[in-house]
Amino acid sequence: MDATRRSALPGFAIALGVLIAGLLVAFTVGRYPVGLGDLFHVLMAKLAGTQAHVPANVESVILQVRGPRVLAAVMVGAALTVAGTAFQGLFRNPLVSPDILGASSGAALGAVIGIFFSLGVVFIQAFAFVGGLIAVAAVYMVGSAVRSRDPILVLVLTGIVIGALLGAGVGLVKYLADPYNQLPAMTFWLLGSLSSTTVADLVPLFGPVAIGTAVLIALRWRMNVMSLPEEEARSLGVATGPLRIVIVAAATLVTSASVATAGIVGWVGLVVPHMARALVGPDFARLLPASAILGGGFLLLIDTLARTVAPVEVPLGILTAVIGTPFFIWLLASVSKTWS
Amino acid sequence: MQLEGRDLSIGYPDRLVGSGIDVALNTGEVLALLGPNGSGKTTLLKTLLGLLAPKAGHVRLGARDFAKLSDRERARAIAYVPQTHQATFAFSVETVVLMGRTAHGSLFSRPSAHDRAVAASAMARFGIAALANRPYTMISGGERQLVLLARALAQEPQFVVLDEPTASLDFGNQGKVMNEIRALAAAGHGVLFTTHDPNHALRAADRACLLRAGETLAAGPVGEVLTKPLLESLYGAPVETLTADGRTAFLPG
Repeated sequence: MDATRRSALPGFAIALGVLIAGLLVAFTVGRYPVGLGDLFHVLMAKLAGTQAHVPANVESVILQVRGPRVLAAVMVGAALTVAGTAFQGLFRNPLVSPDILGASSGAALGAVIGIFFSLGVVFIQAFAFVGGLIAVAAVYMVGSAVRSRDPILVLVLTGIVIGALLGAGVGLVKYLADPYNQLPAMTFWLLGSLSSTTVADLVPLFGPVAIGTAVLIALRWRMNVMSLPEEEARSLGVATGPLRIVIVAAATLVTSASVATAGIVGWVGLVVPHMARALVGPDFARLLPASAILGGGFLLLIDTLARTVAPVEVPLGILTAVIGTPFFIWLLASVSKTWS
Repeated sequence: MQLEGRDLSIGYPDRLVGSGIDVALNTGEVLALLGPNGSGKTTLLKTLLGLLAPKAGHVRLGARDFAKLSDRERARAIAYVPQTHQATFAFSVETVVLMGRTAHGSLFSRPSAHDRAVAASAMARFGIAALANRPYTMISGGERQLVLLARALAQEPQFVVLDEPTASLDFGNQGKVMNEIRALAAAGHGVLFTTHDPNHALRAADRACLLRAGETLAAGPVGEVLTKPLLESLYGAPVETLTADGRTAFLPG
């Protein structure tokens, strides 16, 4: 017992190391480089409520330009990873990602409809958020209506089918959209980006992510049991039906909030849970916090890459795919032994 | 205390598997459930575990109707040992055993120090304390069966229900599990297990229930029920009887 507890510490240390490294790099690197000393002074002064003795534009880069984007990247990365971890456990399948039940495709359809009707950013985000929730609710209701001995499989298949239908809807809206003004905005959104994040975006992101994550962490022990076969979990005293609804709702909440802010950022929720599991093991009590820390650091590093690697900003979704695909193949080849 | 199914019709929403089944299990005794493939053993097991509602009839735990019990209340009375399986995630053996304590905690609680002590003594009881920190995915099939038995014991149930506990085990581990089943009954638990081997029933059970095509062919003390004519009728195949030192064994074919 003590041995397993101790063995999780190095894993947490690595996850925290990634996050801290991500924070330092993200604040200092970019078109306007900032020294570590200046960063330290500005943050300390901000915490103390005093005036930092640095050039005004340095302070503005740290607090106004990079600060919101850094916080959003950490929250989105943490949210997608926590949701992916929850879904992989719930569906007992390590190949599942947060959008398995249609959250991303629902959010995508909501967002492109918002862009199509030339609505403001706030409404586009709201449409994306609501679209994600409606899609998952629809998948859940259809999946539950189909009577089967394997409700999990039916749910996943329903998610794939409805996701494809929503994808067709996105295609239709793009087809009808004005190719000069609206189509580029839709494409940009669908590829994922944090470049236009402002302080105002942080509150609608933080609230749902905090609530959903708190619910999942509160249920951490039951989630261990839920990753057993359905009948076994019930025979251990877990009311699997209601609990599954709560877990799906919490994971969908955090996914929808992050998709509404950052657009479609794939791969993070699929790949990072495996890294976290390799670091601290499968017990959700440790895995969920480690996933949040590691996912936050991971997406922060990728977002920093997105804005520095080329003269123009590279869409997040493209970078996560380029990095995620080889990584996932490597995972399949090496770590898959521990799944089955 | 008695776990009792009276005049049960069992099956799934779209399919009736068996009917007119009476079965009773008392604490301190071992009941073996035998029958050919597709005879309804697993369906009956699930019904007695409360995982499947009976299509007719009642399951009672003591004086209480099963339908009125929550999953949690049932789990504190009846433990289920499924056929050994590969787990999806590499939980440690200790974590798997601790999962047996779930029904004793609240919705948001983690295992307490008391739960850990119960789990530790259950692991010690089955001689697997040394495996506590090993991943459940990295131990042998026989060890896995013992882990699931320890988890059942950690549940502190009155009844233990095992689905083909010897199915995937080597000869030596089969004997070990038979002994553990006897020991559970000696410790006051009521034990129900399914098996394809009448010899296992003879060795470990007090009573046997023969299930054929969803109906009870015979039920009673193993000496009366496990006979050549009844077994031939049950499986529709010839059976040979061996007797030595006043003990009996069966050979198929």
